[in-house]
Amino acid sequence: MNYQFQFDAVFAAWPLLLKGTWITVQLSLSATLLGLVVAIFCAWGKTSGPGWLRFIINAYIEVIRNTPFLVQLFFFFFALPAIGLRWSPQTAALVAMVVNLGAYATEIIRAGIESIPKGQIEAGRAINLKPWEIFRFVIIKPALKAIYPALTSQFILLMLSSAVVSVISADDLTSVAANLQSQTFRSFEIYIVVAAIYLALALAFSALFKLIYKRTLNYPDRR
Amino acid sequence: MRTFGFPEFLFILEAAKWTLALSAIAFVGGAILGLAIALMRTSESGWARGISTVFIQIFQGTPLLLQLFLVFFGAPVLGLDINPWVAAGVALVLNSGAFLGEIWRGCIEAIPRGQWEAAEALNLRWRDRMRDVVLPQAFKIALAPTVGYLVQIIKGTSLAAIIGFVEVTRAGQIVNNATFQPLIVFSVVAAIYFVICWPLSLLAGRMERKRARALAR
Repeated sequence: MNYQFQFDAVFAAWPLLLKGTWITVQLSLSATLLGLVVAIFCAWGKTSGPGWLRFIINAYIEVIRNTPFLVQLFFFFFALPAIGLRWSPQTAALVAMVVNLGAYATEIIRAGIESIPKGQIEAGRAINLKPWEIFRFVIIKPALKAIYPALTSQFILLMLSSAVVSVISADDLTSVAANLQSQTFRSFEIYIVVAAIYLALALAFSALFKLIYKRTLNYPDRR
Repeated sequence: MRTFGFPEFLFILEAAKWTLALSAIAFVGGAILGLAIALMRTSESGWARGISTVFIQIFQGTPLLLQLFLVFFGAPVLGLDINPWVAAGVALVLNSGAFLGEIWRGCIEAIPRGQWEAAEALNLRWRDRMRDVVLPQAFKIALAPTVGYLVQIIKGTSLAAIIGFVEVTRAGQIVNNATFQPLIVFSVVAAIYFVICWPLSLLAGRMERKRARALAR
């Protein structure tokens, strides 16, 4: 092996890498928050909505979970503009991520809701809480504790799979890497550094999520 | 300009063969690697646990797309001649090895401690303990999540399109560039993945419920 590693060009571009990292983090966080809103609605619809709504939600979940994220991204970026919905790569990326996470998170949240003992919901009804109050205080809060680990690892999976949005040039970390690659031709060095940044992000977020859990959700279960 | 017709549909459908072939490579290679990783993760040797943990951290903590790029752009650096076939195969095997290894570690650890102790009390060596006592039981638990993970592998092969490997997604891009009918093209592409993956998802779900019922009894 007589390859000369040259990381100078990569590190010279650190402001760009930093910006790409920030966009990846921003994109992942906002897609997760919006996706959770979608998922909570879908989880409600799936557990207590009317039959037709349940059918639509089920179809949405099955289609998203059984097709690749890349194809979903192409669909939102190339197909929808063809019928008049024009948007930037960033918006298309965000929408694709929200729709994708929404489907996975619905199943996680539903599992959380189903982990709540029936008696607890009946108790809520008995003290005359309105249905949405029961959903909010009796179901969602304790369910959140049960599903927290699954949700946070879903976030990290989403953040990593968001690298794919670089194929539509959504300015994320991997897009920055691709641009640098075409300017410097130091592909291997660039992708090693960028992979290391993703690894650092994944480890940092999982440590942060553990800390948040310890501080906020680590109360004892009362049974 | 061509319009989307039966030949275009057939072209995309034909490419499903390569999606399936790549998935098979990723699954078989990943299963062999994954078994080794799972055994290392549950072994008594500290260095084996350390190496396998680092391996899993790296491959679960970085995007599959970048792993693909690193193999594709890294192999020439090491003086190896590489085509998209090999690059996609190697990257997908490494990635699924890490995920299957972690799934199967959970299954091995789910076997009650008493079973291990009983095997030890019978003076079975580590190899016999694993082969005759732990793995057959872990296999049953592992079946449903493994079928479920197969869906992830099949979806993951779509990334090979980005390095120019012609499978379903890449075939869709090619047809789209020729016809400019993205709505129908990418619907067809999505439908092909769905037809392959959905039965597997249903099967995994059914196996999961069956096992849950067996456990509840």
